[in-house]
Amino acid sequence: MPLSLDQAIALEKKANELRHLIVDTTVWAGSGHLGGSLSMIDAAVLLYYHFMKIDRTNTDWPERDRFILSKGHAGIGYAALLSDLGFLPKEDLKQFNLTGSYLGIHLDGNKVPGVDASTGSLGHGLSIALGMALAGSQQQKTYRTYCILGDGECNEGSVWEAAMAISQFQANRLLTLVDRNFAMIDGPTEDVMGLEPFADKWRAFGLYTEEVDGHDFFAMAEAIERAHDREQPSCLILNTIKGAGVDFASGDYRWHYGAIDESLANEAHHSLDVYHQQRLSAMKGA
Amino acid sequence: MGLTYTSLDTTKLSTAEVYAKALCELAKDDERIVVLTSDLAKSTKIGVFEEAYPDRFYNVGIAEQNMFGIASGMAKCGLIPFTSCFAIFNACRALDQVHTDICYQNLNVKMIGSHAGTSFGQAGTTHHATEDIAILRSIANLSVLVPADGMATAACVAAAIEHQGPVYIRINRGFDQIVYREPISDFAIGKAITLHEGSDLTIIACGSAVFSALQAARELDHVDGLKVRVLDMTTIKPLDEAAIKQALKETRRIITAEDHTIIGGLGGAVAEVIAGSGMGCAFRRLGLPDAFSQIGYHEDLMSHHEIDVAGIMKNAREMMQVDFEEDDDWTDEV
Repeated sequence: MPLSLDQAIALEKKANELRHLIVDTTVWAGSGHLGGSLSMIDAAVLLYYHFMKIDRTNTDWPERDRFILSKGHAGIGYAALLSDLGFLPKEDLKQFNLTGSYLGIHLDGNKVPGVDASTGSLGHGLSIALGMALAGSQQQKTYRTYCILGDGECNEGSVWEAAMAISQFQANRLLTLVDRNFAMIDGPTEDVMGLEPFADKWRAFGLYTEEVDGHDFFAMAEAIERAHDREQPSCLILNTIKGAGVDFASGDYRWHYGAIDESLANEAHHSLDVYHQQRLSAMKGA
Repeated sequence: MGLTYTSLDTTKLSTAEVYAKALCELAKDDERIVVLTSDLAKSTKIGVFEEAYPDRFYNVGIAEQNMFGIASGMAKCGLIPFTSCFAIFNACRALDQVHTDICYQNLNVKMIGSHAGTSFGQAGTTHHATEDIAILRSIANLSVLVPADGMATAACVAAAIEHQGPVYIRINRGFDQIVYREPISDFAIGKAITLHEGSDLTIIACGSAVFSALQAARELDHVDGLKVRVLDMTTIKPLDEAAIKQALKETRRIITAEDHTIIGGLGGAVAEVIAGSGMGCAFRRLGLPDAFSQIGYHEDLMSHHEIDVAGIMKNAREMMQVDFEEDDDWTDEV
């Protein structure tokens, strides 16, 4: 069923709250992966608040849908989202990155409630997600597994080992999503290590693949439903903007990781407000 | 445990075949057990598990990184995955996945590393694993087991299933000399087994060096009248420090023997305990030197590195000649 306008507006309001919270957390933490958190947050919000079957009071519910943030450096965005879901107190985000805190750049699944796998070393998440999907089939469970990868991490050979195996084992209840923000630490992806023709690569590995605007809730929701309905493993390439919503960071690979002071934070918050209004207007006008 | 094989089986089966047979038996009553391999079903002998439980067997092709990642995801969902591949891949090829996906998350994955040490002799250094104990024992949460033969391997497999957390079991290619003729009823992770009593010298060995150490101890008793204690240190981690300190006090001479580099493996682990004890003793590590391994038959390489019976006897005799200052009262130094 397509997303209704009201649902999309609610998701955008949630995403807006989280974008502000990511900026705040980056200030509290001293620095953070602002760019990659803002590029993937819309997809994460859509999954957690619309598609995923989870129990906010029981993080270990065996039937829950799984979510693997393979691009673990976006942990500052993921922690904000988990706190909004109630898995951890929002107040705790103020201790992000502090010595002795249970919250750091790459979230530790054994410490942070709601995190299905400790990630950070790139190119690992898709294999872990595949293991969860296979375990689900093995145990006749019906949960789905979602894995968000960064595009840069697709330089890792292990990603393609996993893609090959997803196809071989026909892991249809695993959905691979790639946050295609076209940027990595040292520059644009195509300058550092070209990925194109990216979608064709996934198709060649046997995954039904669509490219979709990773900041468009309607388009993403439809693509996810199409993927769910297929009797074939699927991959969605989410075309996104690194640092989306924050003018000074938007589309700039140099904002992969950085520090912001109070003044830059104010600029970021203002910019996010404008971005939110533009997105709401676009939705209502559509 | 449901293990029904006897010493007759272990004479007919290679160590890896005993592992596979034991796992098939144990899996009957435990549906959590699944097996993964990386195109090494035949080489690691685990193919029999596929015949018995085709729905619980995953061959991921030649892709060890993916295999350990998948195993991690499966363990996170309540299964007990056993991975079967060459030992060198646990320690080198896919170490990041072993370290981060499995050990960091403290998951219930049991990793069987076969063709360990120089047991794949003629295949050469690319297929030997002579640093795996050193590398893997330094990783938190991971238990490291090096069984001496088939019977000990079966005991390790059964113990690994009972143990919560990641376990690495290092076994050889092919047949091992038999140390244990009966199932080891009192095997426990973290406990050394005293195979031979003695008060002149202690040999602490693991894996294929255990048989040689035991034979050497018997010969030294017959020929030289030396009373040599032999400890089978199957568990490298968590290490049985009490057994080492007891040997240190009671025999004051220690030799370690392993089919592994002398840097950081069993010898290194024992050295750490000795150094930390504050008690001096004569000490020698037998194993591979700080050099890449050679090509050759396993038994020839064992002999070359003096971890065969003759080599251990030679070193034991030399050790008895070592002049070191004995202090009768150690209690004031600890």
